[in-house]
Amino acid sequence: MSSGLLIALALGLPLAGAVLIGLLGRWPNVRETVTLVTALALAVCVWSLVPEVMDGARPVLRVGQMMPGFVIAFEVEPLGTMFAALASGLWIVNSVYSIGYMRGNREANQTRFYACFAIALAATMGVAFAGNLLTLFLCYEALTVSTYPLVSHKGDSATVRSARVYLGILIGASIGLLLPAILWTQHLAGTLDFEVGGILDGRVTGVATGFLLGLYVFGIAKAAIMPVHRWLPAAMVAPTPVSALLHAVAVVKAGVFTVTKVVTYTFGIDFLAGQSHVDWVTPLAAFTILAASAVALAQSNLKRLLAYSTISQLSYIVMAASVLAPMSLTGAAVHMVSHAFGKITLFFAAGAIYVASKKTELYQLHGIGRRMPWTMAAFTLGALSMIGVPPTAGFVSKWYILGGALQAENRIAVFTLVASTALNAAYFLPIIYRAWFRDEQQAPAPEHGEAPWPMVLALTVTAGLTLAFFLFNQPVIELARQLVVM
Amino acid sequence: MNLVPHLPALQVVLPLLVAPILVLLRDARLCWLAALATSVTGLCIAIAITGQVLDGETLRYAMGGWAEPHGIGLRVDELSTVLLLVVNGASTLALLGGRASLLEQVGEPRQNLLFAAWLLAVAGLSGILVSADAFNIFVFMEISSLASYILIAGGPSRRALPAVFKYLIAGTVGATFYLIGVGMVFMMTGTLNISDMELRLAEVGDTNVIIVAAGFITIGLALKAAVFPLHAWMPNAYAFSPHIVTAFIAACSTKVALYVLLRMDFFVFQKNLVNHEWQFAFVLMPLAAFGILFGSIAAVFEQNIKRALAFSSLAQIGYILLGASLITVAGFNAAVLHLFNHALAKGALFLAVAGIGMRFAHLRLDEVRGAGRRMPWTLTAFAVAGLSLVGIPGTAGFVSKWALILAVLDRGGLGVALLVLIIVSSLLAVVYVGRIVEALWFGEPAGKDQAVREAPPMMLVATWIAVAANLWFGLDASLPGELAGRAAEDFLRHLP
Repeated sequence: MSSGLLIALALGLPLAGAVLIGLLGRWPNVRETVTLVTALALAVCVWSLVPEVMDGARPVLRVGQMMPGFVIAFEVEPLGTMFAALASGLWIVNSVYSIGYMRGNREANQTRFYACFAIALAATMGVAFAGNLLTLFLCYEALTVSTYPLVSHKGDSATVRSARVYLGILIGASIGLLLPAILWTQHLAGTLDFEVGGILDGRVTGVATGFLLGLYVFGIAKAAIMPVHRWLPAAMVAPTPVSALLHAVAVVKAGVFTVTKVVTYTFGIDFLAGQSHVDWVTPLAAFTILAASAVALAQSNLKRLLAYSTISQLSYIVMAASVLAPMSLTGAAVHMVSHAFGKITLFFAAGAIYVASKKTELYQLHGIGRRMPWTMAAFTLGALSMIGVPPTAGFVSKWYILGGALQAENRIAVFTLVASTALNAAYFLPIIYRAWFRDEQQAPAPEHGEAPWPMVLALTVTAGLTLAFFLFNQPVIELARQLVVM
Repeated sequence: MNLVPHLPALQVVLPLLVAPILVLLRDARLCWLAALATSVTGLCIAIAITGQVLDGETLRYAMGGWAEPHGIGLRVDELSTVLLLVVNGASTLALLGGRASLLEQVGEPRQNLLFAAWLLAVAGLSGILVSADAFNIFVFMEISSLASYILIAGGPSRRALPAVFKYLIAGTVGATFYLIGVGMVFMMTGTLNISDMELRLAEVGDTNVIIVAAGFITIGLALKAAVFPLHAWMPNAYAFSPHIVTAFIAACSTKVALYVLLRMDFFVFQKNLVNHEWQFAFVLMPLAAFGILFGSIAAVFEQNIKRALAFSSLAQIGYILLGASLITVAGFNAAVLHLFNHALAKGALFLAVAGIGMRFAHLRLDEVRGAGRRMPWTLTAFAVAGLSLVGIPGTAGFVSKWALILAVLDRGGLGVALLVLIIVSSLLAVVYVGRIVEALWFGEPAGKDQAVREAPPMMLVATWIAVAANLWFGLDASLPGELAGRAAEDFLRHLP
């Protein structure tokens, strides 16, 4: 199959799946089959693009002209391939989990849920493969809009209020800051294409560069840099599969992915390295890492704790990219993958606990490891990966980021890495201790064991991936290196 | 017989001829079918004309073979075709979906009169767009206005009557102002033909009479186009007319008035009055800016969905005027694009609202809460069209907003201020669209006993065609982009 067709399929399959899901809502088993088949087919499409890209090819698909001079185009490059392969692969696991969760919880409006989920994945693929800034913006907004019904799924007034915060911050930032930034870029450079080495060199200088970068960094609110991070804890009212795939992988990674892309292809690393008004990004990301970890320490709700942990982990990627050293950039790319495995496992575990026992708060988790050994074992692995303990995925990326920080002799970054590792341990280890070594205060009203088997299967798989990535990370690092070589 | 050269005339003559026949038909279904068929034919003619205009030159047609300037001339250029598509497209979609709704709201016995008035409105609006003669424009303006008053007054609510009376007063004052202005120009030049006027005015030059005439014409048309602060007639006229009539009128009538405004100010007066462009910009840009802000804020606080959308129209008319008052090719291009794209968005929204209106007696937000669960297709259409109104990428609304902001950025410091204005009002649009969508989808239903179900299939088909147009022209804006670009070049060719 030609690679252009593969890109078109990667974008079209989830959309077609969404329409089918909408039409087949009356037969839940058929509907879920459609989700699974679409997810599998999508993964096959995306994964079969990988070898080509690793050989250095850059397949292109031009869809059409939006306005004179503005083309909707897709181009597959290493970072995008990595992101798309990650999201599409995890969608399979997540779909299995979703089926267990939505049925186990007897949720309403499941057809809307699966349809919007598929649309969100199509938008994610669009973000990953976007060939210019305009296409990227288009898919970015589609992702925001399609996830709104997922966040407000439950539909009671508290959920709707949270969803309003979610949509308000994401759309507000993207229209208020990102759109002007893109238009300004177009005004300065006359193009919005992604080009190696950037398009802004010599077209903007001094404070204006810093200001434009600021518009981008805060406008891409999906990267959850403080103070535009509030939408992520708000999004935790969504059903857990949404939090797991979208708000730990697809949406938030779309944010840091966009930031990385803008830094490398719009500004250009060499151009930014020579500018003096852009050095505020590293301290800001460092602050976000530490502050979010500190806030996580104070959380009593498990999902909100995980959300703040995500905010802090995302800023690792931004910080690593802003250090501007080759090794740290590799680390940034690898961290996108390793954090995804760990965090999706943690969310899966949180959802499994909720479905089995309806428990959501930390103090309720005494002794739960004995009732749900598989779930809590997976949770433990995920938590260790967040802290960065070998042999888990988190260690690999932290190693690279730390190496890059030392390479660039960036003391702020080194200090932040050490301090945040300690903070991560401080909020994850008590949970693990509580779950395994403390006794239950009272037996739960209906006795329960593990969650439904699809959920346990899914979280076991992702926990396995967290372990496996420690050993088998060569292809990912290979792709990430290509990013640096360019 | 080859009909192709006669298309500009047929565009007007066809609905004008069918209208009186409809009055004689007693059967409601037959009336609807005839009106729909006429409207579809009108749309086909408009598409054929668009093809011709895209191919090359401006179309000219001499009625009865009498050459201009002595005979009655018709003239169709890029800007007219954009609006011909809008008028006939809006009429067709509204008629296609609206039979059930109109039967319910206007009543069976008056269907023939209703559809006759409808076709007269189509004929009047199309006539304005193809006329090459300032006085004929006035005549067609009166035809379309009188027909619109009838349509708007047809609604079941008694409050439609004061609303339409207000509209009638405002519309008559506006048309009279226009006529006074045209009369003054006629007095000075002895011609009513627009192209001729443009040439002859050069001989008269920069006299006070012409300046006053330009003032009368601009203000009169601004009144008809509901430019802030002359919009007072609009919200209630939209809110209390039959829902389907709103979908038709809101998509095109104010835009046609704007068309005449642009035609007169840029085509006729531009070359002949010293600094006319600055006078135009000086008056209309602040009005546009206030309109954008006022309309958006009023829409945020409005409880009635139709009134909220009407206030949003006020803001959107502001965008169009803002683009035109930049007096640049890019700005004018954005204005024409927004004429087209806003019609798409508002038409789709009001069609969806008409669908909701068939299931709910009142369109207040607190009464239609939670309707999304019962009528998901209608409400999904509303949400997507709402995205287009906000200007989310992938929808038509984004394309014109993008073009407008790029045009604004060329203006340096003023441009940054206008950029902030556009961004702020876009965010306000997120709020007013967002609160309606949120209430419709996630609000707790007010009355549990209501038998709310999905809108009738024809209604859904019409609504979704409009929504699909929003998406299509959001991803591929080459057709309106081409027309708007050429219209902008044409209208601004006198400027250095």
